[in-house]
Amino acid sequence: MARAVSKNAKIGYTIAAWTVALVIFFPILYTIITSLKTEQEAIEGFNLIPSFTFESYQTVQSQNDYFKPFMNSVILSVGSTILALIVAIPAAWAMAFSPTKRTKDILMWMLSTKMMPAVAVLVPIYLIFLRTGLMDTRIGLTVLLMLINLPIVVWMLYTYFREIPGEILEAARMDGAGLREEIVHILAPMAVPGIASTLLLNVILAWNESFWTIQLTTTNAAPLSAFIASFSSPQGLFWAKLSAASTLAIGPILILGWFSQKQLVRGLTFGAVK
Amino acid sequence: MGQIVLTKVRKAFGEVEVIPGIDLQINDGEFVVFVGPSGCGKSTLLRLIAGLEDISSGKIEIDGKDATDAPPGKRGLAMVFQSYALYPHMSVRKNIAFPLKMAGMSEAEQNARIENAARVLNLSNYLDRRPGQLSGGQRQRVAIGRAIVREPAAFLFDEPLSNLDAALRVVMRQEISELHQKLKTTMIYVTHDQVEAMTMADKIVVLHAGRVEQVGSPLELYNAPANLFVAGFIGSPKMNFITGPEAAKYQAHTIGVRPEHVEVSKDGDGWEGKILLAEHLGSDTFLKVACPVVGEMTVRGNGEMGLHHNDTIRLKPRADRIYRFDDKGLALK
Repeated sequence: MARAVSKNAKIGYTIAAWTVALVIFFPILYTIITSLKTEQEAIEGFNLIPSFTFESYQTVQSQNDYFKPFMNSVILSVGSTILALIVAIPAAWAMAFSPTKRTKDILMWMLSTKMMPAVAVLVPIYLIFLRTGLMDTRIGLTVLLMLINLPIVVWMLYTYFREIPGEILEAARMDGAGLREEIVHILAPMAVPGIASTLLLNVILAWNESFWTIQLTTTNAAPLSAFIASFSSPQGLFWAKLSAASTLAIGPILILGWFSQKQLVRGLTFGAVK
Repeated sequence: MGQIVLTKVRKAFGEVEVIPGIDLQINDGEFVVFVGPSGCGKSTLLRLIAGLEDISSGKIEIDGKDATDAPPGKRGLAMVFQSYALYPHMSVRKNIAFPLKMAGMSEAEQNARIENAARVLNLSNYLDRRPGQLSGGQRQRVAIGRAIVREPAAFLFDEPLSNLDAALRVVMRQEISELHQKLKTTMIYVTHDQVEAMTMADKIVVLHAGRVEQVGSPLELYNAPANLFVAGFIGSPKMNFITGPEAAKYQAHTIGVRPEHVEVSKDGDGWEGKILLAEHLGSDTFLKVACPVVGEMTVRGNGEMGLHHNDTIRLKPRADRIYRFDDKGLALK
């Protein structure tokens, strides 16, 4: 550390950081607490100590099978991300290694599609899904999620590929590497970390996507985001069950995120920080 | 063997002609330095020889064979880059082994060559480290090691020392010179630093705006520059140029006087001038002097001469060391 920080300041910063972290984490924590309450406790009012009952989890599991939406979430998020990578790797590769005058414009144009609210294209996409029989199918939703996240995937990969210095590729050429060896021995190993963090971030984005999954599925292709929504039913709100369903839905991605923190932080900075 | 012959080599990027046409012969075992200000085309010329850029027209021969269309890996040349261009995901050993692996060499032969190169370059203890764990000088040595193991026809260096600090630069400069004496392989070295060029080269090629201004040994360029550009570029501090009536006395459009070829005295004969700035280096003192007759001059004075700002002194150029140029800037014999 370049600056000397006094002990008091350190304590102050620590308290501030913990406070901010707790405030941000509190909704998730309260969801978990509520999921361990009885329905009676849940509607009674603010209470941090539940009766630690697993009643809600049992009801949730018996009412709606958890396994099917879970598998749908896995298939949709992993599938759409892999599809996106298959399309985006060659695209980003071409833009990073043989850019033209229009490369920047194309990148901006792709990103601009993310600036539009999703609901603006709801009707056309809904109609396309309806007419082509894609409604409530895994394949339809996988392709849609892939297209939604594609701009971000291309942008992330582009910035990662751009970080690979041209002189290293020239050195490989001087050392007698052909295009195939250049890709296998030099480019691929240097691109892997970037591809990995892109993959992780996009699995999470696809997993959490709820607008389209709720609009375009009913039962067959419904992932966990739709599973949560199904508990805000017309019969009234059951807070404890809704919380239990939410906890079950965010659990897997929270664990994945925890174990891949390092790659994720790098992914979120879009490769800007080395 | 490592003879390289360029015939009418021309390079244009779109409309922009970077190198209008160069003829150059580099003999086996020579240490040739391409020197010139930035943007003079020296790096481009090196990249054309390496094959990293295609030439627009002309011919490149390496060891008598036409290499104009050969890919970089097939020219038998090894290159050391300014940024070192090491493979960051490979250990030092694997970095050095990479060209050998690409050539399909056996493991045993690879290892023998790597050990040998590591010994020559003092890298034996670092073979299992990654480039990121090495200092600048060590990275530079790895880059040189990767070039040596191939036993190339010639080495190409693209400003290899410009990322090092001043002290290390001197050390590495000497190491590269010693390496050349040991290996006796052709080396082509690009730099914008005329001190590097003067100290290392057998032959200097001075480039300016894509043209060869002069080719010669360091002392030839110093003693007999072909034109104003070379005269001004070689030598530090720069040569003083004087035009007008004083030059006419020597039947020339411009005359050049090097700072070290001027006798400085307090009251002798010569041009009178007032000291604008005195830089004391200990052994020498460099003086910037305003002379009413010839304009501003830079001269080298004796270190022990107590000269200061605003002193009036006399400058007398050595008669046998006056360079004469015509109105086109070419040297007069």
